[in-house]
Amino acid sequence: MKREGKIQVWQDYQKEIADDHYFYVRSCIRQNFFPGSEQTFLKILRTELGKDIYENPHHTTCSGIGYHSDVVPFDTIQTIVARQFALMTEAGYKNLAVSCITSFGIYNEIIETWKEFPVELEKVRNFLKKATGREFEVPQNVAHASDVVYKFRNDIAARKKYSLINQHTGEPLKIVEHIGCHYSKMFPSKGVGGAEFPHVLVGMIESWGGEVIDYPERRHCCGFGFRQYLVMSNRGYSISNSRKKFESMEPYKPDAILCNCPGCPMFLDRWQYVIEEMEGKIYGQNGQGIPVLTYEELAGLVLGYDPWDLGLQMHQTNVEPLLEKIGIRYNPDLKYAGKDGEMIGKPIMVGCGC
Amino acid sequence: MKHIVIIGGGIAGIETASALTDAGHWVTVIEKEPQLGGKLNNWSYLFPDFTPAEKITGELQDKCRDKDFSVFTNTEVRTFLRKNEKFNIETSSDQKLEADAVVVATGYELFDARRKEEYGYKIYDHVVTSADLEELLKPGGDLTVAAGKHPKRIAFVHCVGSRDEKSGNHYCSKICCITGVKQAIELKKRLPEAEIFCFYMDLRMYGKHFEELYREAQEKYDIQFIRGRLSEASEKIDKSLLIKSEDTLSGRPLKMNVDLLVLLVGMEAGKGTSTAANACGIGCEESGFLKTTDTFLKSNFSEQKGIFLAGSCTAPMSLNDTILHARSAAMEVDSWLKKK
Repeated sequence: MKREGKIQVWQDYQKEIADDHYFYVRSCIRQNFFPGSEQTFLKILRTELGKDIYENPHHTTCSGIGYHSDVVPFDTIQTIVARQFALMTEAGYKNLAVSCITSFGIYNEIIETWKEFPVELEKVRNFLKKATGREFEVPQNVAHASDVVYKFRNDIAARKKYSLINQHTGEPLKIVEHIGCHYSKMFPSKGVGGAEFPHVLVGMIESWGGEVIDYPERRHCCGFGFRQYLVMSNRGYSISNSRKKFESMEPYKPDAILCNCPGCPMFLDRWQYVIEEMEGKIYGQNGQGIPVLTYEELAGLVLGYDPWDLGLQMHQTNVEPLLEKIGIRYNPDLKYAGKDGEMIGKPIMVGCGC
Repeated sequence: MKHIVIIGGGIAGIETASALTDAGHWVTVIEKEPQLGGKLNNWSYLFPDFTPAEKITGELQDKCRDKDFSVFTNTEVRTFLRKNEKFNIETSSDQKLEADAVVVATGYELFDARRKEEYGYKIYDHVVTSADLEELLKPGGDLTVAAGKHPKRIAFVHCVGSRDEKSGNHYCSKICCITGVKQAIELKKRLPEAEIFCFYMDLRMYGKHFEELYREAQEKYDIQFIRGRLSEASEKIDKSLLIKSEDTLSGRPLKMNVDLLVLLVGMEAGKGTSTAANACGIGCEESGFLKTTDTFLKSNFSEQKGIFLAGSCTAPMSLNDTILHARSAAMEVDSWLKKK
């Protein structure tokens, strides 16, 4: 593997990411899957970096999952997206920061559609006006939240309490990165580093001291292809996809998997448990699973946030092996403590590799 | 005596210069590289009969030596001005030339395979282009891959940068199919134990003996042709390559491990041709190759009187076609000058 070749690709795919004043749109599902991630993103931006980021409680789903499942028509999703933009316009913001990869793809697809077919834009303006009385401006800058963290990765590195270094060996941690398909496979120019060798997560990992592993099935879907998972009878396809990736990354002995999509960490985390139950197979070292993190969680860890405040107890695959390698001090007794310190109960189904 | 300036000292430039000198004209060739011969200098053996490329370049060098035409190497056109019936050309080496006619023979560039990012050229250790392989096939070329071993399984990918929407090149480069067949046979001769697969869309065996060579590749050398385009290549921990495709004849997806991946890169007009087009005020096709006045009867004529075109600056061409096109350019220039 020649790094110079990758650097050339990364240079070819650099995008403009706004510096400040973001209108943040959350994901529908992330707060259930990894409940600390979005809050951590807001905390890092506001508290650590002093940025202005605003979210409006009236914003809704972008309806992207419905759209990709053929239950939401294109006119409908365009109008829903237009309403999000109207909320942004009314709040005086021009830079959109999107939590979800599906939504990021949707926003880009619709904005590109409006550029190619201005008649669609006018049609949607009319729909929104008639339905809600609102008007909107198209955002000047659309960034995925991982783009924003990427932009400030060195600022985060300057404040870090921990590095992605294995405390036992002194070697950089080996981390597998997984990019959501709708981040740059639809529009390579919209993703940092393009579609084939994305740099967005690589940049964070390297900036925080880790080493990235490129493995053969890196580009493969995590298993959250909508039709694979939403239709119950197709779920075998979902776990097969995840398994294919685990089998492919296993020889490289990764210390963690890092994702920038709502669905990917969910499936790469939960299916490890299921595969262990089904086949008795564990892909991590020493009989432990491979911890799967969101980029906000990883940023929070290097900044020294408490792992349980980040919501890492919600992971099916235990994260403790990673915490111990990094040398993060944490209280294992508080893993299942609620906000007030009272125990909320340990799950009956324990994590992968327990 | 009329003076003709030829821009480009590849095969087309030399052949045109040679024929025009034979016709009694004074000819000057301007070549940007240190030596004449163009891309042919980088080739080992030629399709379809495995003639050593050196034999052809040697004969062309003999022509350069034996015939009395001027050559400026390491030289480019700096300014180009049409004045009355003459062309005034100033070169990067400060020569000032006055010509009665000009022939543009700037050739082509090979497609930069890095633009097909999914194949990992210049990223994965054992992905090479057909041009790289040609170097390796020269005597003494090192064909070993990971751990110093010879590749046991090799795949060729046809149409890299040709007939490809993503690359922006809709045209066929014509020579890649037969180049792939030729190189696959050469590899099989050198590495008889190796399995060789060619992934193609169509096989365009248009030239003399091409189809026969393709047949021989299958029957005699057991080279396997799979109709399907690669979607991606990835490097494995042992530096071998995982490739994914679809076998469109059996209608099934295909995944294969290979030790060496060869990208059959197509032809593009290149910077030299666009620079010459701008300098001379002649037009380009959408493909970037130079526009000819007529497809059939005036394929050597540019849109500007007195400026002629020779070889693969007008379209992808094989060596044979280039030589013929160059000779016809010389005839057209001679005929035009006589009528002038």
